[in-house]
Amino acid sequence: MSIKITIDGKEIETQAGEALINVAADNGIFIPRLCYMRGKPCLGTCRVCSVKVNGWMAASCATPVYDGMNVEVDDPEVKDMQKALVENLFSEGTHNCPSCEKSGRCDLQAIAYETDMMVSRFPYRFTERKRDNAAELIWLERDRCIFCQLCVHYIRDEKTGQKIFSISGRGPSSQIEIDKTLADKMTKEQAREASDICPVGCIIDKERGFDHAIGVRKYEISSIRERILKGEQ
Amino acid sequence: MSSIKKNEIASYELPATQLDEKSRKARDEKIQIATIALCGCWGCTLSFLDMDEKMIDLFDKIAITRSSFSDVKRIPHRCAIGFVEGGIANEENIETLIHFRENCDILISVGACAIWGGVPAMRNLVSLEDCFKEAYLESPTMLPEQEKILPFHEDLPPITNKVYPCHEIVKMDYFLPGCPPDGDAIFKVLDDLANGREVDLPREINRFD
Repeated sequence: MSIKITIDGKEIETQAGEALINVAADNGIFIPRLCYMRGKPCLGTCRVCSVKVNGWMAASCATPVYDGMNVEVDDPEVKDMQKALVENLFSEGTHNCPSCEKSGRCDLQAIAYETDMMVSRFPYRFTERKRDNAAELIWLERDRCIFCQLCVHYIRDEKTGQKIFSISGRGPSSQIEIDKTLADKMTKEQAREASDICPVGCIIDKERGFDHAIGVRKYEISSIRERILKGEQ
Repeated sequence: MSSIKKNEIASYELPATQLDEKSRKARDEKIQIATIALCGCWGCTLSFLDMDEKMIDLFDKIAITRSSFSDVKRIPHRCAIGFVEGGIANEENIETLIHFRENCDILISVGACAIWGGVPAMRNLVSLEDCFKEAYLESPTMLPEQEKILPFHEDLPPITNKVYPCHEIVKMDYFLPGCPPDGDAIFKVLDDLANGREVDLPREINRFD
């Protein structure tokens, strides 16, 4: 059913039920996100895509569009909220970009630039979570995990469909876990996919390291904004 | 710091040739800028030099009271703008930063160490005891016959348990991330402030990787 919604005062014609985050991207409006991948069901874990819908803050990946919807994206309060969410992630884990293999192809870093983050308004916690390098192909740098759960849901054993990654514990003691038996059945391609799906430097595929020089890394060739607006991610 | 009066004199206390009246007056009228380096690698100071020839025009407006290249322990008079590089890792850093805050109108955190601790903050994940053990008592690069000594002297400032960002000690007015930030980014901030504009760091030159 064809409907009309308004984003930042601009009237947009679209189909009912489509996710707001996709409608915005198709109409050239950038909304930052970390846990949403176009074409895959939404997880709604990071909340970085929050925008104002009829005056209320809502995660745009989990909001289907309906007729007469009024959306505000280019709004100081929305921008500050998105920035605060990113800053929160930076202070919760240990995110040292210069020493991270993911630098330049990291979604969190790219989104931090897009939201104009300079410093975190929250106290840096320096959370200590033991890293796990037991698996054959995967290195788990746990203190960088943002609990987006992309790997938990979308990286599964190719034969049985069982989950390879999971989250143990609750609250401040929760951490990402890897099933070593299943992980060792992964192909190199799947390990690469797991590393690429991770929006931070938590899942690292071994033997890759710093494979691209500064200046030719993923988000330096084409920024996350351009990629999202083209519908690539 | 030591309370014992020592027979020492700092280089800036030594008699020096004074500037002529005209030059001194011209310098005093400019915007006074100072930089201090706390616990860091001085990379941000080198980035400061990366402003290259852009500094020449800037020096019509600004004068540098203290930098990491001069041997001035404490700034002798009030400054308009203070750059701080490095985080807080010992008590001397705290004293220096508090004195700097009290004597500068605007303070800017420059680089990863000043903003969140940076590389020195890697020791926040272990206890201070383990950190000292690894560095001095059970160091893997130690010779077997080497005497195990933990450095301790009244002139050595006590180390803090954790490394802290500057804004957790005093109020910082602006932040300039990067490890180190580009010379262009430092120039943009300095140029904005020297010309009385609101500091606005464009997205293209804000880099912290």
